[in-house]
Amino acid sequence: MFDFFFNLPVIVQGLIKGLAVICVIFPIAGVCSMAERKVAAWIQDRPGPNRAIVPWIAWIPFVGTFLQRLGLFHVMADGGKMLFKEDSLPGHVNKFYFIAAPILAMIPALTTVTVVPFGAYLSATGEVMPLALAPLDVGMLAVFAVASLGVYSLILAGWASNSKYPFLGSVRASAQLISYELSMTLSVIPVFLWINAPGREATLGFARAVEFQSQPGLWGGAWFGFLMPVSAFIFLVALFAETNRTPFDTIESEADLVGSFHTEYGAFKWGLFFVAEYSHMIVGSAVFVLLFFGGWNPLPWVPLATLVNWLGHFLPCAHAPLFVGVLSIAIFLLKTLFMIFFFMWVRWTVPRFRYDQVMKLGWQKLLPLSIANLLFYAVAIAFIQK
Amino acid sequence: MATELKFPDSAAKAAGAEQEFSPEQMSLSMGPSHPSTHGVLRLQLELDGEIVIKCDPVVGYLHRGDEKIAENMTYNQFVPYTDRLDYLAPLANNMAYAIAVERLVKLEVPARCQAIRVLTAEMARISSHLMGLGAFGLDVGAWTVLVHSLNQREHLYKLFEELTGARFTTSYTRIGGVSRDVPAGWLDRVGAFCDQFLPALEEILALLTRNKIFLDRTVGVGVITKADAIAYGITGPNLRGSGIALDLRKDKPYSGYEQYEFDVPVGTKGDSYDRYLVRGEEMRQSVRIVRQIIKNFPGGDWFARDARKIFAPPKDKILSSMEELIQNFMLVTEGPQMPAGEVYFEAENPKGILGFYVVSKGGGVPWRLKIRSPSFCNLSILPKICVGCLISDVVTLLGSLDFVMGECDR
Repeated sequence: MFDFFFNLPVIVQGLIKGLAVICVIFPIAGVCSMAERKVAAWIQDRPGPNRAIVPWIAWIPFVGTFLQRLGLFHVMADGGKMLFKEDSLPGHVNKFYFIAAPILAMIPALTTVTVVPFGAYLSATGEVMPLALAPLDVGMLAVFAVASLGVYSLILAGWASNSKYPFLGSVRASAQLISYELSMTLSVIPVFLWINAPGREATLGFARAVEFQSQPGLWGGAWFGFLMPVSAFIFLVALFAETNRTPFDTIESEADLVGSFHTEYGAFKWGLFFVAEYSHMIVGSAVFVLLFFGGWNPLPWVPLATLVNWLGHFLPCAHAPLFVGVLSIAIFLLKTLFMIFFFMWVRWTVPRFRYDQVMKLGWQKLLPLSIANLLFYAVAIAFIQK
Repeated sequence: MATELKFPDSAAKAAGAEQEFSPEQMSLSMGPSHPSTHGVLRLQLELDGEIVIKCDPVVGYLHRGDEKIAENMTYNQFVPYTDRLDYLAPLANNMAYAIAVERLVKLEVPARCQAIRVLTAEMARISSHLMGLGAFGLDVGAWTVLVHSLNQREHLYKLFEELTGARFTTSYTRIGGVSRDVPAGWLDRVGAFCDQFLPALEEILALLTRNKIFLDRTVGVGVITKADAIAYGITGPNLRGSGIALDLRKDKPYSGYEQYEFDVPVGTKGDSYDRYLVRGEEMRQSVRIVRQIIKNFPGGDWFARDARKIFAPPKDKILSSMEELIQNFMLVTEGPQMPAGEVYFEAENPKGILGFYVVSKGGGVPWRLKIRSPSFCNLSILPKICVGCLISDVVTLLGSLDFVMGECDR
């Protein structure tokens, strides 16, 4: 069925995949921004965006009004605004780096997406195989390596803006992002220690992590979120700091730094930063779901294969590869979007830490905790697998 | 304890730049248009990294010359200008100004008028503190607090609109009374507001009071000691946050405040958190006062009958009697004739003590009108408490001082 795709030249395949990433990430980021506004509105007891509407949809009775109230068309309005408003270039900036910074922000944001598996399909032999644009064996490492490049764009933006608030913000960014990468990396090592049983081919890919969480049995079916709650917690906290979200958004911190590194940006260049931020959130949430919340398995102790078999009793098409693929993508996307909702939920509930408190938390609390956690699981896993 | 206020002059700065700034330091101009300077305050900060080593507040961006304007208009004409002092609590300003002028004429307003004024002033206090609370929340990063408090403020504004005809700039009081009586059923709606407001307030405060992040941000930040608070002339919730129970409503009661039971909350440490707690408690106490007023709302006149020289005569008399027509004409053209003399009156406004010093040489306009604005005095402590803070703390401090530049710059 998909043979024609694999018969294309490799470069064309790559281009199509790249286009797919852009076509998926930009709309999701747009929808996320809308969701952010809507979730904020719900939390703050107000209707939120509910005005924009396309005329011919407004003519549909009930449905049109409902979509308008839902604010669905604000995505288009916001995106259109980003694209078409004047892309001003302040006179006092370092022009080359000023333009390069948002582009540089997009590169890690879009690259990391490719290595994250987003679903599964049933192979001819009935095995659940992961779906990813670039199924790397060093997936986790690739995500960490590439995602950490994101900090350069922030530093560059702050420096090129040639203005004091962005400068302060980028200094904060460089310190904060690097500090939290440590605990984040240390928090996932126990997962890979666990899934890499001695004698098996070693991997840092996500597929094995999900595969492990899809096994039958009490231990196998348990998600790592239950097996390693501390790891999951550290990863989540570090993720908040890495993606620059409240309560760790000291980098952006509009109250004191007026938006910091993107203060001088506007229009589409600002939009690129925005998309990059959401893209980091999406990838971070996806990694979190893959490692700690069972990937595309619907429930703990209920792997995807079980669900498909159970559905097979009612639906004749349940075992079709396409159906399984869509089902797994839907489950995975749902979980990831829930994580993003969680991000928003937290953002609109709590105040923001001060910059020095963020650093103290990272170095004095989270890092020792993640080291202790790693040591504990190293010993425990050695004991279990002996 | 005078503070050395040094205003940054760009020419002098350029000339002495090399001696004044060592390379590790950075000067940062915060404001006048900055999201957290609550209007047009400008802070000229000198930073060592993120630590503030010097802070010069630069005020005056909103100076409109209110005091001079007052010398050119009749007493009643100045009432709208008082709205624009602390524009978050115009009703309280109106009342303070009206009482100041009434003291000049030695005019007593009836109990009903006093009650209406106290009622509106306390509602204004709630409205002002809600805004202060919301803005403080916003400054430390809690957006939701702002929106929920604005939501409650909206109820108050609807009530204000019904009473005075305007939501924001109410101009409600007149010399010797108020512009109109309370509408029918309005008091019940105020009571209903109080009933729903208290639980809502608890909900809003619960977002912050025990929140660990909020505690980290505010406890011990911007401590104003008792001695400093007195030395700098700080008043209002900021003074009470430092542990000094000075509340003119209790200490020098005016407009019948002595009849009402309420407590004066005081802080213990004088940090930003204490100031936040004091404001929260003051809102509860204001609701208490409002309820007491509604319970025993006095009847009778809502303006002083013996203020013939001040109020316009009844409309039917103006149209039928020559005497009254002339009197009305004189009132409109020359203003109410005031005796010569001078008077200073200060009222406990939401932001602190608002004082009006009126000097009259007779006639319809004041010879001099001096306004003692609480925000200006409260801000004077900034150079002292900002030193050693981080930039984020400066924002917390500004939020906790809860000033209004309209009043500070006048």
